[in-house]
Amino acid sequence: MREIVPEPQFATLEQQTETAQLGMWVFIATEVMFFGALIFTYFIYRLTYWEQFRLAGADSRILLGSINAAILLTSSLTMVMAINFAKEGRQQRVIAFLLVTASLGVLFLCVKGYEYVLDYESNAVPSLNFAFKSGYHAPSELYWVWYFVATGFHALHVTIGVGAILAMTRLAWRGRFSPNYYTPLEVLGLYWSFVDTVWLFLFAAIYPLGRAVT
Amino acid sequence: MSEEQWLPFWPPVASNTAVSVDRLFIGEFALSIVILGLVFGMIIAFSIRYRRGSAADRGNRVKKTWHWEIGWTVGSLAVFLCLFVWGANAYVWLFEPPRHPDLEIYVIGKQWMWKMEHPGGQREIDELHLPVDKTVRLLMTSEDVIHSFFVPAFRVKHDVLPGQYETMWFKPTETGRFRIQCAQFCGTQHAHMIGDVVVESEAEYAQWLTTQGVHASLAQQGEALFRADGCSGCHSANSTVHAPSLAGIYGRVVHLQSGEARIVDETYLRDCILLGGAHIDVAGYPPVMPSFAGKISEGDILELISYIQSLSSQPGGSP
Amino acid sequence: MSALAADLPTSYLTEENTIASWLLTRDHKRIALLFFASVTFFFFIGGIAATFVRLHLLNPAGVLLQPDMYNRMFTMHGVTMVWFFLIPSIPATFGNFFIPLMIGAHDLAFPRLNLASWYVFNLSGLFLLYTYFAGGVDTGWTFYAPYSTLYANGHVIGAAVAVFINGFSTIMTALNFVVTIHRMRAPGMTWMRLPLFVWAIYAVSLVMLLATPVLAMTLALVGLERFMGVGIFDPSLGGDPLLYQHMFWFYSHPAVYIMILPAMGVASELIPCFSRRPVFGYTGMTFAIIGIAVISFFVWAHHMFVAGISVFSAIVFSLMTFFVAVPSAIKVFNWTATLHKGRISFDAPMLYALGFVGLFTVGGLTGLMLATLPIDVHVHDTYFVIAHFHYIMVGGTVSAFFGGLHYWWPKITGRLYPEMWARVTAVLTFLGFNLTFFPQFILGYLGMMRRYYAYPAKFQDWNVLSSAGASILAIAYALPLFYLGWSLLWGQRASANPWRATGLEWLTSSPPPKENFARTPTVKVPPYRYDPEDDSFISQDGVAHA
Repeated sequence: MREIVPEPQFATLEQQTETAQLGMWVFIATEVMFFGALIFTYFIYRLTYWEQFRLAGADSRILLGSINAAILLTSSLTMVMAINFAKEGRQQRVIAFLLVTASLGVLFLCVKGYEYVLDYESNAVPSLNFAFKSGYHAPSELYWVWYFVATGFHALHVTIGVGAILAMTRLAWRGRFSPNYYTPLEVLGLYWSFVDTVWLFLFAAIYPLGRAVT
Repeated sequence: MSEEQWLPFWPPVASNTAVSVDRLFIGEFALSIVILGLVFGMIIAFSIRYRRGSAADRGNRVKKTWHWEIGWTVGSLAVFLCLFVWGANAYVWLFEPPRHPDLEIYVIGKQWMWKMEHPGGQREIDELHLPVDKTVRLLMTSEDVIHSFFVPAFRVKHDVLPGQYETMWFKPTETGRFRIQCAQFCGTQHAHMIGDVVVESEAEYAQWLTTQGVHASLAQQGEALFRADGCSGCHSANSTVHAPSLAGIYGRVVHLQSGEARIVDETYLRDCILLGGAHIDVAGYPPVMPSFAGKISEGDILELISYIQSLSSQPGGSP
Repeated sequence: MSALAADLPTSYLTEENTIASWLLTRDHKRIALLFFASVTFFFFIGGIAATFVRLHLLNPAGVLLQPDMYNRMFTMHGVTMVWFFLIPSIPATFGNFFIPLMIGAHDLAFPRLNLASWYVFNLSGLFLLYTYFAGGVDTGWTFYAPYSTLYANGHVIGAAVAVFINGFSTIMTALNFVVTIHRMRAPGMTWMRLPLFVWAIYAVSLVMLLATPVLAMTLALVGLERFMGVGIFDPSLGGDPLLYQHMFWFYSHPAVYIMILPAMGVASELIPCFSRRPVFGYTGMTFAIIGIAVISFFVWAHHMFVAGISVFSAIVFSLMTFFVAVPSAIKVFNWTATLHKGRISFDAPMLYALGFVGLFTVGGLTGLMLATLPIDVHVHDTYFVIAHFHYIMVGGTVSAFFGGLHYWWPKITGRLYPEMWARVTAVLTFLGFNLTFFPQFILGYLGMMRRYYAYPAKFQDWNVLSSAGASILAIAYALPLFYLGWSLLWGQRASANPWRATGLEWLTSSPPPKENFARTPTVKVPPYRYDPEDDSFISQDGVAHA
């Protein structure tokens, strides 16, 4: 395995590692603000239109949402396992678990896509074919607009994550990681955990509405 | 007017609100001149005295800068807090209309004109006739985008929003014509969404009211709508539907099914009409009131509100 | 470039001179120059738009441009200047060039990210230019809903996409700066030995990182609503038009501090150097920088005093606005006190720096007036506000930009600029600026509205004065193109430290070699160790100079 040298602007590999990690945390902070702004709008409208959001939310597909949460949580586990194998220098396992993580990401997108198809069939897509059910008023459409914007942006981040995982898999296959240096995997793991966490927040916003156990 | 002779410096002072704002502005302006004089003066004085070629003494420079810094920090903060309190106080007065204004006018902004409705039913476009020395409360909304109703001579301004009511008040103290300007960009003709407030003596105003060819007041027109749109079908004594009676309701507090208490004001009535019983679920009544969204114009809503206000024991005005 | 470098030893400019070596460079210094070219280009584009605006306003009836065209002209001026000049100007040029030098590093933490940031900036610029050529947008740079989402008939999506992509460039640069300043300082360069310019860039980068994503989401929602015909700001769905304003201003208020903090950082480099004494109250200045950055997030609704927020909210935001003015006041007093018992010279950078302090003070005092609620009610959306923010952004940021440009010109290019021309230009800028914008305070209080293509005839004289000032300003901004350009070919060669300044950037040659330093320097002393009594100084590596 060839020796890994730090880039010219760094004095040591350790400095490069710590810098890369700090960089990813800072990036995650910006993403928190991005999704945070969106989640803020959700709460404003949910509090204003409590009834209508409750009604609209009851039509969301909690089973599919839950399956997706399970998929992403599992993928975070497999991601962490890949990183651990990298620390141990087990290249084959690294590649295998990265591929599993990427596959789970793709599976998430498939389930989401299927959910979108179902939403379309039940006339819940604003601007395309939205229809008010009886007793529903304008703010229920607001719920669905938010739903598509939020899950759309999240799906975009998952897609980018899957691409990054595949790129990392290629690097791993070429022997670019060693127990001394597997920083790109750690950094990617941070990003992937973040994407997973965002889904948990979106889940809490979208699915449990209107299903209170009384 | 004589101001065409020379450069204008100051807008007309034509209302009680203008006097208050001007006082504040002149006070801050004077303070700014003092601070500016201090800062500029020191910069210039130091630049001259301590210029490269001068023989001034540069020894014994301040070591503990903290003392000075704390000093001017505390000083700045104290001055700023005084300005804040003065301003906040005046703002509260400016933004809370009197409980019983002499006159209430409805204003609807739309691209690119201002529509005014007097309680007696008189309507104007881009002009607002008012009697001098009477407090006026404006209830304003927009039919399309955000506009802003601004009268420089009165120093009052408020944005006018679609789907909501905003209020503003003032008391004109001078007769004359005072410009109204839209103060929120609203499209191509934003610069021509202008008009005039025409302030006249009470007698002239009364005279003007009678010459507008109006036969029914806003409240009377509202009453006609109340019947025509079917409101009386439920909200009357001999209806089979159990709906709240509207006599004297304006200004009262109602309790919703959710436990929330709301006051019956213009916004509440508008919400009931546009959102229906599903949104405004009053405790003790079935939530069956339909929504009239899309079926009723802003002007009609204001007439209905005017009518319901007239059913209240209190003479006009806000609750 | 080869004419400049004919007989120079190898510097970052002469290392390699192919197009590819510039367009694919990872050298922060070359990237800084690439950004300089881009922001200068957009400065002139935005300036042309402003020229049309001021020419049109010579006549009260507004006959030069059609109303729709005028509305698009002021909007494009605002969008271009805010995102394509003011925000990137100092950070992406002087920040990129000098942060590594000032902290003793060989480059930024992520050089490829830096280059990518420039490409992303240009991509956003392409969208902006497309928007111009396709006819522009007329919503004002503030894009208020529901006008922008449902009623405007310009290229809202084009402009929104341009700004959205531009935000990525900002975030990439800011991320690079924050990580670099945390992790790549030379031995001995503790936080409290950092030059104030570095502190300013650091604070600005934090603000950029936290605020820009909110703008991104807001514009994405506006663009989607426009594209799909339905969205969360639509009043007919129950959407709240005020929600847009809250989200927009949550970003845009910190954005204005993004525009001024780097300028304050530049002023803090110039004033001690040209007064030959340490800055007054270094610690207070760092706290003031951080204080401004933090409090700037809590004042946004002072743009909404008449928008329909509650009286209580308005009072809270007014109070916070007065609080944010305190650290700015501290800085003005500290800069003034730095002159005391100094040994002051009036080279062009100092003229710009002093102009900055004066004009920023005027802007700041009028800011206090705007923080005062009833005054704001009257002057909101009038020329008073326009004058206020131009005093800060043009009188402030642009002055500091030119001050920094002249100060660091010898280091960047290895040439000295002609001093007399530079001083004349600085004075001309100051005079032209005041003539342009001071009458606008008066016009604003009189009630002349902003964003109006026509105005009452009695306001014409003030408008003519303002436009006259603008023509002087235009000349003053064009002059440096000539004399700075001249200096590149025929200017006297600069030594490593022509200003006898204390920062680490002056330890290396003018222009610096590609790696910045032959060896990583060790920092021994805080910055600004100038002694006015005997005109000596101690540079940050601890070496005393008589």
